[in-house]
Amino acid sequence: MRIKMKRDLSALVACIALYLLVMVLMETEVIGSYWQLNIVLICINIILAVSLNLITGFTGQFSIGHAGFMAVGAYMSAVFTVKLGMSFGAGILAGAGAAAILGFAIGLPTLRLQGDYLAIATLGLGEIIRITILNIPYVGGASGLMGIPRYTNFTWAFFAMIITVFFIKNFINSSHGRACISIRENEIAAEAMGVDTTKYKVIAFTIGAAFAGVAGGLFSHYFYIAHPASFTFMKSFDILTMVVLGGLGSISGSITAAILLTFISAALASYPEWRMVIYSLMLIILMIYRPQGLFGNKEIGLKIFSRILGGGQHGAAQNK
Amino acid sequence: MDSSSLTQQFFQQLINGVSLGSIYALIALGYTMVYGIIRLINFAHGDIYMLGAYAGYFATTYFKMSFFPALIFSMVVAAIVGMLIERLAYRPLRGAPKIAILITAIGVSLLLEYGGIILVTPQPRTFPELFSTTTFNFMGMIVNSQQIVILGISLALMFILTYVVNKTKVGKAMRAVSFDTDAARLMGINVDRIISFTFAIGSSLAAAAGILVGIYYNSIDPLMGIMPGLKAFVAAVLGGIGVIPGAMVGGILLGVIEALVSGFLSSTFRDAAAFIILIVILLFKPSGLFGKNIREKV
Repeated sequence: MRIKMKRDLSALVACIALYLLVMVLMETEVIGSYWQLNIVLICINIILAVSLNLITGFTGQFSIGHAGFMAVGAYMSAVFTVKLGMSFGAGILAGAGAAAILGFAIGLPTLRLQGDYLAIATLGLGEIIRITILNIPYVGGASGLMGIPRYTNFTWAFFAMIITVFFIKNFINSSHGRACISIRENEIAAEAMGVDTTKYKVIAFTIGAAFAGVAGGLFSHYFYIAHPASFTFMKSFDILTMVVLGGLGSISGSITAAILLTFISAALASYPEWRMVIYSLMLIILMIYRPQGLFGNKEIGLKIFSRILGGGQHGAAQNK
Repeated sequence: MDSSSLTQQFFQQLINGVSLGSIYALIALGYTMVYGIIRLINFAHGDIYMLGAYAGYFATTYFKMSFFPALIFSMVVAAIVGMLIERLAYRPLRGAPKIAILITAIGVSLLLEYGGIILVTPQPRTFPELFSTTTFNFMGMIVNSQQIVILGISLALMFILTYVVNKTKVGKAMRAVSFDTDAARLMGINVDRIISFTFAIGSSLAAAAGILVGIYYNSIDPLMGIMPGLKAFVAAVLGGIGVIPGAMVGGILLGVIEALVSGFLSSTFRDAAAFIILIVILLFKPSGLFGKNIREKV
């Protein structure tokens, strides 16, 4: 237990060091405004990928409606800040709460479905959410909700990301998380061992949805606008690509893939169709030659870095 | 609005719905056949339909073909592409976990869509007018010749398909593979070839649907397959996935429901209607209208 705490603590210190480093680089304008935008996007994408990984990678429930929850978060938080004049923090929490409630309400009936039926049902639900938003004049309908102040900055995005990753990592390592993993491995066996599969599936789905809502809130408060066209199922496919590339069931994999793919799409920004062609080829080739993704379900953490930095001895000692 | 014009509008939407629905039915047949045989939701199927429409477009504008040769040409092209996709993307994954195959299918679909954008530019193209449009006024309801052609061709293709599946040797083999792949293999059926054949038939039907839509709406673009593809899948689920008559009925039913929703409620809810039907069906009768209930084996 204490070793775990110590590891968490050192990870936290590393995160803060990373934050300070990037912050200094931004203040001294080593990182220009274009890359600042991409760094915020990376943070948002990491939140999305890690939260979807909890649903799809760890619990094994194939969901392609993640953009729908993101949309709910984006709109709800914007309604709180723009229409009700609340603070940004309250907006984000409201967005997360709304997405969580919706995730619960949707998850309870649909998670009885399995495999591809669940996939297509979540895709449909994501689209229903989007079309519903499109038909609400209060939030701008088809032209989107405009005039959202830019509250999101690197600090907000970074710490929201850190909280997401820590929360989901600790959830996975808890007994609840183990129950989720057992559902992925074999649902019938898990049920026979006394795991309440429906409960854990819905819990994973709700948590995943809540963090997608957080990401949505950050997203709309960075780009001044919440527009229904940003949350089509293509966005869900984007997130899915990150999760699959990184490895279903690997948080560090999702993080790496989110960083990698955000850079790729930034580099190919002027050729958006090539970006999708590369994404799609990557998905196909990955599934044929390395279906477990880059990292499989393994994690790379600080241990590896300390092994690289401090020589093999230190790492080996920690392993014992 | 008095009641007589309301009934008139109802029947008008019914006619529109049936012609749109027969297109969904043609696409849904491909979904259902492929699902019946290898339990895969072939996400790329909607894009094969787009490809068929483009093949028809090029055949008619550049090779100056008339309607029937163009139809055959695009069906053949789509059949070849369908078989290639199966051979290159799905066959290496036979026996892999379902999720891997599903992700591959999504990948193939994205590849066709955005590869298409690169090849033929994202601008919509005007589909040439292959028939002179005549409109018939039938008791106050308007039916145009294109709707009749769509319905006629769809019914003819469905009839041919039913004949092939039920009366020929290859059809018998298809039914056998779909019923029990391993037993079929033991009986000396070349399972890979039958799967290939199924993809070819399904893809050619989708291509026919693509040309018919081109004629109907006069406009095609590389992303046109996404929504009809998803809706045709809904149609297949509605009729009972894996059941061929189910896909036909499901497609026409879905077309009619959509037409009624857009006629009487609001056209923006049209797309939502299909997905709501999907979710209701999946929750209450996942085997569909015509499907048999199969218990999942442990």
